[in-house]
Amino acid sequence: MNVDSIQNGVVIDHISAGRGMRLYELLGLDKLSVPVAIIKNVTSRKMGKKDLIKVDADIPINLDVIGFVDPGATVNVIKNGELAEKRSVPMPETLVNVIKCKNPRCITSTEQELDHVFRLTDRENLVYRCIYCETALKGD
Amino acid sequence: MRSIIDILDFSVEELDELIACARDIIENPASYADSCRGKKLATLFFEPSTRTRMSFEAAMYELGGNVISMASASSSSAAKGESVADTVKTVSQYVDVIAMRHPKEGAALVASRTADVPVINAGDGGHCHPTQTLADLLTIQREKGRLENMTIGLCGDLKFGRTVHSLINAMSRYEGIKFVLISPEELKVPSYVKRDVLKNKGIPYVQTTDFDEVIPELDILYMTRVQRERFFNEEDYLRLKDSYILTPERLKNAKDDLSVMHPLPRVNEISVAVDNDPRACYFKQVKNGKYMRMALILKLLKEAGTI
Repeated sequence: MNVDSIQNGVVIDHISAGRGMRLYELLGLDKLSVPVAIIKNVTSRKMGKKDLIKVDADIPINLDVIGFVDPGATVNVIKNGELAEKRSVPMPETLVNVIKCKNPRCITSTEQELDHVFRLTDRENLVYRCIYCETALKGD
Repeated sequence: MRSIIDILDFSVEELDELIACARDIIENPASYADSCRGKKLATLFFEPSTRTRMSFEAAMYELGGNVISMASASSSSAAKGESVADTVKTVSQYVDVIAMRHPKEGAALVASRTADVPVINAGDGGHCHPTQTLADLLTIQREKGRLENMTIGLCGDLKFGRTVHSLINAMSRYEGIKFVLISPEELKVPSYVKRDVLKNKGIPYVQTTDFDEVIPELDILYMTRVQRERFFNEEDYLRLKDSYILTPERLKNAKDDLSVMHPLPRVNEISVAVDNDPRACYFKQVKNGKYMRMALILKLLKEAGTI
């Protein structure tokens, strides 16, 4: 399957198969009017199968979101059709307004102006906890 | 500006300091009677409380300070939709320290970020209640003369009980502690507490449903209330509740120097007949709570440069 190469934009590569859509949603790519391609289950020598996202526009990408959803993913910045920068994305220490705390007893459920902040508390098991109520959110 | 949200906000050395201060207050109350003269504590209780609020108020009065408070959450600006942050920011213009209870988890953290004075978490929903744990620590220290090398039994609702999780967190920082976790299957200590605290730190623990089997080995027995609202059917609740009632009969098998504790209020999990047993410490625990709150208010006001 072929998708046209992009001129200026971002390619998020090596996304674990099945996580592409989640990344697409959390990055808010569904709200953009620029060309975005999500390619699922691409054959990969390293991973067996992988997902891939191409954004054909020079827009800021929240790397924390990528590190949270899939710390194994890589981000390739494309400028004038050439690879300008390739970087890996570590798991972020904190996530601000990426995920909402779902605990109905959390103060964020009633105080709308508060940022939803999660902190990485267990790197091994990918556990983030709400800084207010400490409800765990498992990285997926 | 230092506020206290969680018992883990204190280092072990600071806890030792607070305990030493509380013990000195107990020995020499007169020398603290004017420590907070001219200073004010606000008790901001957004949900009903009897003992914690009165304990804070008594603590501030015994330090020579004054207390102001709102009549009730329903008649306060919170009822008009004011945010916790705004309420606390406003109140902090009037007073030197705030003790706050709020039904929402994390409310105390929000308050501490906007207040211009120290905030003490007096309970934020089911999340934290650090001054209860301070009371527990002083009680253990006074009863046992140490905080190390003992077997602590926790009995009842170990799943939802915030006091239990705080106590496990606090006591697991001392040497030679072993926990015996006594609860129905449905109310066992959550796995994240076991993993994050007990297993991570290599603290020995035993989980059991059999109260009578383990009672002889305990140095501390920390009872908690099994709450009706946690059960889907009444039958299960009644069956389980009745298996964890501490009676004089049961205590016969316990050590002579066992200390029986309870954060209170109790319903029926400790029979009233146990109150006369010298091993019952739960009313001493209440008094210890006041002394630790005094020590805490002093510490925070000193650190803030207020006194």
